[in-house]
Parts: sequence; C-alpha cells; structure tokens
Amino acid sequence: MADKEVKLMKGNEVIAHAAIRYGCDGYFGYPITPQSEVMETLMELKPWETTGMVVLQAESEISSINMVYGGASTGKRVMTSSSSPGVSLMSEGLSYLAGAELPCLIVNCQRGGPGLGTIQPSQGDYFQACKGGGHGDFHLIVFAPASVQEMHDHVAEAFDLAFKYRNPAMILADGAIGQMMEKVVLAPQRPRRTNEEIAAECREWAAYGKPADRPRNVVTSLELKPEKMEIINRRLQAKYRALEENEVRYEAVACDDADYVIVAFGSSARICSATVEMARAEGLKVGLLRPITLYPFPKKPIAELAARGVKGFLSAELNAGQMVEDVRLAVNGAAPVEHYGRQGGMLFNPDEVLAALKEKLIKK
Amino acid sequence: MKETLIIAGFGGQGVLSMGKILAYSGVMQDYEVTWMPSYGPEMRGGTANVTVILSDRKISSPIAHEFDTAIILNQQSMEKFEPMVKPGGVLIYDTNGITRHPVREDISVYAIDAASECARMGQAKLFNTMILGGFLKVRPVVEMANVMVGLKKSLPERAWKMLPANEEAIRHGGEIIRKIR
Repeated sequence: MADKEVKLMKGNEVIAHAAIRYGCDGYFGYPITPQSEVMETLMELKPWETTGMVVLQAESEISSINMVYGGASTGKRVMTSSSSPGVSLMSEGLSYLAGAELPCLIVNCQRGGPGLGTIQPSQGDYFQACKGGGHGDFHLIVFAPASVQEMHDHVAEAFDLAFKYRNPAMILADGAIGQMMEKVVLAPQRPRRTNEEIAAECREWAAYGKPADRPRNVVTSLELKPEKMEIINRRLQAKYRALEENEVRYEAVACDDADYVIVAFGSSARICSATVEMARAEGLKVGLLRPITLYPFPKKPIAELAARGVKGFLSAELNAGQMVEDVRLAVNGAAPVEHYGRQGGMLFNPDEVLAALKEKLIKK
Repeated sequence: MKETLIIAGFGGQGVLSMGKILAYSGVMQDYEVTWMPSYGPEMRGGTANVTVILSDRKISSPIAHEFDTAIILNQQSMEKFEPMVKPGGVLIYDTNGITRHPVREDISVYAIDAASECARMGQAKLFNTMILGGFLKVRPVVEMANVMVGLKKSLPERAWKMLPANEEAIRHGGEIIRKIR
C-alpha cells in the first residue's frame, strides 16, 4: 500500500498536475491568494522540459485571459486560473471567448467578496460563473469540485466538454478545496495533441495556419450585421440547450426516501454531507443533492424530488443566496425553498446547517 | 476509527508540517485523510492552525466544530480551542507561554514541555516532531512504522539528513508528555 500511486496534495497543486497529465498545451496566469499554488506547482514541475507545455506568468489577469484567447484560437488546449477579483478582471475576455466559441479552461478558486474582500473561502461568485461573468447572452460550462480528487478529474472533464461544445469551461472551486490536502490518484500522462491531430479536430474553425484545401478560418466575436448576429446568438442558445439536455452532472446522497433535501455544491456540499449524517442519526429523513455541474444546472432531478413529495429544500451556500434562485426555479412552487449561508470568507459547520434546516423548514 | 484533530499555535512553530506528517502517516496506513489549514495573513507571525482528520471511512466534512484531540501551542489557541474539544476528548498543550492553563474537567489533559526541552538540547527545529511524539503516545492512531514513512514523505529530499534526529524527537516526545488529569 505504501507504493500505491496515491498522493497527498492540495487542490490547487492537483490542478497543475492534472493539467500536465491531460496534455494541456499552455497555462497563462497571474498570482492571487488562495490559488497561487496552481502556477507555483507548474513552475516547480517545469512541464516545458517534459511535455512541452507552456507556462507563463502574465502581467495581469486581463493579459492572461487574452493569451488564453490567442492560444485557444489555434485549437490548443489552454487554461488560466485565478481567484474572484482576478476573474472579475477576466470577464470581458470570458464574453469574447464565448462569443468566438473558443474552448478553454478557467479555474476560479473563490474568496470572500465583494471587492478585494478576504482571502478565505467563499461561493459568492455563483452568479458571476453561471449567469454571465461578462456581457451578452452566454454561458460557461461550470464544474463544482467537492474534493481534491474532483479538482483533478474535472480538469479533463471540463477540457473535454469545452472542446465537444466549443465553449469556455470553468472549474468553480473555493479557498477551502484549493488549500485542503486529501488523497488523490493521478491520471496517467497523456501526450499533447500533435499539430496534425489539432488540424483534424479543429479544421472547421481554428486558426492554426490555412491549408490549401479549405477557406480561411476567422476567429472573432464581431458581427456588425444584427441579422447575422441574431443567427449566431440562436446557434449559441441551441448549444446551451444541448448542454442542458445532455451534460448535467450531479450526486444524490440519501435522497430516495428524503423528506427534506439540502442542495449544496463544492466545499459546502462536503460540510452538508456531515449534516445529512447527523440528521439521519436523529431519525430525520434528510438527503443531499449536489450539483457537480452548476451550468448546466440539475433542474430535472430537483423537480423530480419536488414532484415525489419532498417537503422542503434548503440551499446551503457560502453566500447570501445565489444558487437558491435556480433551486426555486426548478422546484417551481411545489415545495418551500429556503437558503442558509455564511458570507465574507466564513464557513458554516454541519450542526449550523442542521439547525437552519430545522428552524426554516422542519418546524413549519 | 475516526480522529478529528486540531493543531494550533504560532506561525513558524511547524504546526502545518506536523499536520502534514500525520496526514501522510494516515495515507501510509490506508486511512482517508483531510488536512485543512488556516492560510494567509494568519500564518505570518499570527496564529496558525490545521484540522487533520484520519478515518477508515470516507470523510464527509473537512471542517469540524468539535475535536477528538486539540494540540495547543499558544495562549490564543487555548482560548479558542479548549471549548471545542469533545467531552471525553484529549487536550495536549505545551506549557511554554501559557498563562491560563486548561480548566475543563470533562476532558483528558496532557502537558508536554517540548519548547523548553528543545531549547535545552539546542534543537528548536525538532519542536513539532517532539509534540507529535507526545500526541502519538497518548493517541496511537497510526503505527510508528507508518509515521516514519509519513515523516520522510512530507520532508523535501534536502531535509532527509534530519530524519534520524526527528525520529528520535518523536520517541522522546512520547517519554516527556505527562498526564495532568
């Protein structure tokens, strides 16, 4: 057992290892607590000497997201990571990436806001990640890891979906998942895609150099004719509907016979899984619905639980109430939906969530 | 088996590394482990703490509001964490710099004078492994052979020359810890 390929690592360190092993072509970033270990680990591992992956510290987050735009335009697998205020700086770039339909990966290791806020864990960027994070009608594909192992696994899953749908993907983590160490099993090293493989995969859109047998590909989000821009928008919306139809991921814990269901993601979901254990020990039938993708959001399983007769839902988030809006839309009046949260970098304890559940829902 | 433990003291005392050695030892014993640090400005001269959970089952919350064991290495941490030890739990503290000793009667209290022992030996760097040795004497949650592998795994290669001294410090910590009540 001592020689098993099990490592003990921080969530942020794992992002770096997972990116290299996935065959990522480039990372562009700027340091910010609590995610600085991502680039620190990449610099320590020196992947440019092994896989040929580029690691570059940009002069700002605005610069790094636009380097991602450039790299993604050529069909390369490129990424950046930051924490809340840094991701705000990237929001123009996120809109352009979505508009130009460029696949890439952004990791947000959230901290308390608004503004510079604190450096402690928060989930205050749910709206930013899922409802915009830039101008125009667009969505990112958003993953919410709840363990160090998922920090690892979501890198490959997010890149794969980003390329399948030609859309930027985000891993929405937080300071707790990023700073925590847990056991992790690392994937085997995959080779980076060759230029020939990229040309075959991204022939229709990427600007890797024009071959003789096809017209020039133009990567842009600009279209001055509104008639054409509406057609582009409709295509984007069709893509989002396909994501909603096919790519929803979630975990249901003890939901089958549950009278009450806690909905929580990321580090909150970990804390709330202990709440479920405590509730069950008291004889209360409480379950946990954990969205793994925040966009597309697991509307259907929540609606089904409501239709099955769940008496109430508690959306437990490290914010003032953001995901609760999506839970309410999914439940659509079939049962009461309440929110419990802490803000500004404060975490809740499992017993605190149980007390909130009793006070807001069970006693009613 | 599930041990939820907090180690709390000043930044620079080796609080986080002690947790890391323990977490690695747990991995060697095939336990599930979580290591959740306080991070940021707290680490720089202020208080530092780490929550380590070792379990033979999947760990739900890495955040705890009560602990089986608290290892307390400064006065601020005594104020904050003594009340958070589970009834029947264990509190271990280094007496150095402690002005208000633990008062609870419903927990087991142990003292270890590792700071003064390290000062006497002229080996300040062995402080955290000596404390760890005291803890393992009281709560033998991982086998000593796995602790030694965990110690090696959590140290960078350039520090491996310090392994024998640290192993000795772990043993010595077990000798000098004493039960208060």
